[in-house]
Amino acid sequence: MESQIILLIFILVLSIFLGVELITKVPSTLHTPLMSGANAISGITLVGAILSSGSSETVTIALGTAAVFFASINVVGGYLVTNRMLGMFKKK
Amino acid sequence: MDTAILVNLSYIASSILFIVGLKMLGSPDTARRGNFLSSSGMLLAVLITLLDQNIIDYRYIAGALIAGSIVGYFAATKVKMTSMPEMVAIFNGFGGIASLLVGSAEYVSGSFDSPAFLGAIFLTVLIGGMTFTGSLIAYGKLSEVISGKPYLYKGQQFVNGLLLIVIMIVGVNMLFIQSYISAEQTLMLLAFLAFLLGILFVIPIGGADMPVVIALLNSFSGLAACAAGFVILNNVLIVAGALVGASGLILTNIMCKAMNRSLANVLFSGFGAAPDTAAQSTEEQGEVKPITAQDAYLILEAASSVLIVPGYGMAVAQAQHAVRELGELLEDNGAEVKYAIHPVAGRMPGHMNVLLAEANVSYDVLVEPEDVNPIMETVDVCIVIGANDVVNPDAKDNEGSPIYGMPIIEVDNAKTVFVSKRSMASGFAGIQNPLFFKSNTRMLFGDAKETVSTLVSEFKG
Repeated sequence: MESQIILLIFILVLSIFLGVELITKVPSTLHTPLMSGANAISGITLVGAILSSGSSETVTIALGTAAVFFASINVVGGYLVTNRMLGMFKKK
Repeated sequence: MDTAILVNLSYIASSILFIVGLKMLGSPDTARRGNFLSSSGMLLAVLITLLDQNIIDYRYIAGALIAGSIVGYFAATKVKMTSMPEMVAIFNGFGGIASLLVGSAEYVSGSFDSPAFLGAIFLTVLIGGMTFTGSLIAYGKLSEVISGKPYLYKGQQFVNGLLLIVIMIVGVNMLFIQSYISAEQTLMLLAFLAFLLGILFVIPIGGADMPVVIALLNSFSGLAACAAGFVILNNVLIVAGALVGASGLILTNIMCKAMNRSLANVLFSGFGAAPDTAAQSTEEQGEVKPITAQDAYLILEAASSVLIVPGYGMAVAQAQHAVRELGELLEDNGAEVKYAIHPVAGRMPGHMNVLLAEANVSYDVLVEPEDVNPIMETVDVCIVIGANDVVNPDAKDNEGSPIYGMPIIEVDNAKTVFVSKRSMASGFAGIQNPLFFKSNTRMLFGDAKETVSTLVSEFKG
């Protein structure tokens, strides 16, 4: 358990550095799509929500199902709206 | 193959797709494909999770997935581009509440009780909860359901400090002591405090500071997912959450720099709440010179380089299509037309760029302040449409100004400046703008859309 947590913290630290490197050089034209696209990724919590929603205890199912609902709005809406915005960015 | 290995390999693949997708979002040519890759990563992660052997009942999952997808689909396809800031805000909030619910579900199922596990739940509920209510308040302010003005009261800092202390006490009790109140009560109390924190955190922040708030809430929604990853010990949540957390923080930082203010100043100062009249020069700054659209047209017709500077006023007046039409007519007339966009113009990072993209303005004629300031003297006419504080010369000339030091678009150096404005009311920051009194400035009073449309019809003649 403890060693697993350490490993996950290790992953966390590397991911943060990776995220900083990835995003630093984004032109301001793309700030909004970047934000909404990143927002859709944060809907990854859907994975946790699905696991809770599929459990056997009533309260866990209720909380998990509500989480699935909100997270899927976040994921589906986030990706679609980003795609819609990016479709408008054109160069002559 | 063992299902657990298959699941984890798929999560690695998802993580790679998120990383490459985000990378590709950084360039206009690849952004759309990047978003597609990132969404494929999400689809893979969700599908592989559905194979999990611990799932007993699929009915609720299916129902909620379908319902959420339908809501998300309609929200994304129906929203107007001018309402995009609200949209992004509310989606951030949904991500936050989903993470809070995941943390809560794990807590009530009570499978572990180590401080590390409980600490992860504490953070998930706290960050998720404040992201949710903070985003709702931001949504309210942006859609003008509630006033966009900063809401300040006496002892605000004290109340916020007290709230943080109470949250810490609840946290310590939850992690190490686990007495006085039951697990369910702890959870509800913590969620309540997190909700309250989110509200108190956003209400003192004014409408024009919303680019910072949205970027920060974006970061929080990622961090909440990341914390949820520690609760369910899932690496894809941690990787994806951390990426979003980092990107949101970078955007927040870019926005703060564009205003020359620290994050703490944006969050706690209630900028623009009560303009300090004493600090402002009350002396007459000179004569304001209005100009009619007809006369402005004559000057524009002779111009060989034109710079358009849009601001929030263009979004409010929905003038982006008229502006694009004017730009095209000017180009047909032989002028070089560029659009100078300040990073904090509008209500979210990149707000003006999205509106102009919607109106079919090519993104390669959109320039940033540092590109255009050095050549400002060569610009014949600068048309300021609904922007105010981002073109205020006080930011570089007047040390007593609240916005002193903020990088601006130095339109006052252009040969002629047209300012389209509804009235002489001061900008969001409540600061008088000396630009309006300069000898090379002409005011085009009236609704931005009407003004620009009149110019367009003059050109069509």
